[in-house]
Amino acid sequence: MVSEKDVSYVADLAHLELTEDERARMLKDLNSILGYIERLNQLDTTDVEPMAQVASRYGVTKDSTGSKAFAYAMRLDELRPSLPHDEAMSNAPQTDGIFFKVPKVIER
Amino acid sequence: MNIELLTVDSARTAVLEKQVTATALVDAFYQKIEAEDPAIGAYLTLSKERAHRQAERVDMLADKGDALPPLAGVPVAIKDVLTTKGVHTTAGSKVLANFIAPYDATAVARLEAAGAIVLGKTNCDEFAMGSSNENSGFHPVKNPRDHSRVPGGSSGGSAAVIAAGTAVASLGSDTGGSIRQPGAFCGVVGLKPTYGRVSRYGLIAFASSLDHVGPFGKTVKDVALILQQMAGRDPMDSTSADLPVPNYVEQVGEPVKGMKIGVPKEYFGDGLDPEVRAAVEGGIQELAKAGCEIVSISLPHTEYAIPTYYLIATAEASSNLARFDGVRYGVRAKEAKTLAEMYRKTRDAGFGTEVKRRIMLGTYALSAGYYDAYYLKAQRVRSLLARDFDEAFGRVDAIVTPTTPTPAFKLGEKADDPLAMYLADIYTVTANLVGVPGITVPCGKSKEGLPIGLQVLGKHFDEATVLKTAHVVEHALAANLT
Repeated sequence: MVSEKDVSYVADLAHLELTEDERARMLKDLNSILGYIERLNQLDTTDVEPMAQVASRYGVTKDSTGSKAFAYAMRLDELRPSLPHDEAMSNAPQTDGIFFKVPKVIER
Repeated sequence: MNIELLTVDSARTAVLEKQVTATALVDAFYQKIEAEDPAIGAYLTLSKERAHRQAERVDMLADKGDALPPLAGVPVAIKDVLTTKGVHTTAGSKVLANFIAPYDATAVARLEAAGAIVLGKTNCDEFAMGSSNENSGFHPVKNPRDHSRVPGGSSGGSAAVIAAGTAVASLGSDTGGSIRQPGAFCGVVGLKPTYGRVSRYGLIAFASSLDHVGPFGKTVKDVALILQQMAGRDPMDSTSADLPVPNYVEQVGEPVKGMKIGVPKEYFGDGLDPEVRAAVEGGIQELAKAGCEIVSISLPHTEYAIPTYYLIATAEASSNLARFDGVRYGVRAKEAKTLAEMYRKTRDAGFGTEVKRRIMLGTYALSAGYYDAYYLKAQRVRSLLARDFDEAFGRVDAIVTPTTPTPAFKLGEKADDPLAMYLADIYTVTANLVGVPGITVPCGKSKEGLPIGLQVLGKHFDEATVLKTAHVVEHALAANLT
């Protein structure tokens, strides 16, 4: 069971504040969803490998394993044009023209 | 010309044969959109300038008598989770309300390179999280077939524009059914290709191992024509597969005689609406009549797909959505005094309830002490689901199921019950976890006149068989649908 304390802890990890109402609702919803998720424990998965992604199911040939299987995804280590600086900055909420500006990180 | 009836083929032919200029066609679509879309809410942004520039290019080619590219003059709509250079790209979220993308998604760039015209960006559930479009940060979309009902989600806008005739084809994204479920609810065709078939570059990430880009259209052939232009390796997406792209269009209409069609018993159990069952069984009968062998199969771990999905999808989302912090783009909360406060206030104000709920669930599942019990457990069950499909596809060429358990539900009906909403994707999420291609094709209507979708699933990279099978159903049952 998720507790109010868990909700606060997880919200903090996720950089969310949440109002009192949102916290109450979150507590109820997370417990209801996790209750449903419990059914996964009906399955014995002791000897089952975890599957992180599906690409390994087409990238791997018998004689290439691990990162070699994705050799096609490699490229030469050379400079290529990327997004120009001004375009990369064009959506910035606050900038001095060179860098992104943010509120104070450390209080002195 | 009744533009509502245009298909990809007929739109291109009309431009090719100079029955209409691309510019006039675009104008006609904007006229229709401005008259009819406000009642539906499918578009968020119209990219008029860009559309007119592209239309002029197509018209110039046509005037010169040059060979026209394969999608020349075809007006398309793009789900707002795909970036479009110089055009608002919001992912349906207030946190990106002011975001102008600095580059094009590969899928969009490839359609335009083939001559398609981007009319605008379509509404969706915020960051593609939802099954009804009610989670849009801006406004919900109404189902064009019945305005009291949802169009499905999360690509509700992209499905609705096809049903309403306000675009000829469209792009959506599908992380757990977000193309196929709204396709079924709106009575249109929607395809989720194999993972790796279409580049995800420029797709705003929700759950990277589950996200797919795919097309909507009125017909199976239309989605084949769109897929044909998008598919193939893209150096900008390391998960895009380095495999040849077959001629999909050529296969649509090919005979299916002798094909083995698997019907999984787990997809026809409790919770399936009787009218949906009857319509899908009707579709299966048509496949039998066309010479397919119908084989009863089992996908024994089906009931574990939704819980597996909601752990993996939310875990990946909690990580992907960390980037929305008010630093580099998007709407920043103004009143914050410290950096940490700015992050919190920006995210609190920018994200809607469902997005916060999923970030919370995913963060919880990844947090110390719970990682093994939740995230790792889900990844192990994902392997079991993949094995189910490996075994099934050892016996059959394609699998046929209902796309959704019910036809489109009412606006507001499931809005307060996240779990009930998640179950709307019960027949679609597994294809995302396993990565196989899937299509929805209309196969009938309920007594109330609501569309019903039939889903065809295929082997990895065997979109051709999926399209061919769906076309048989379309061809046999189209007469019942008009």
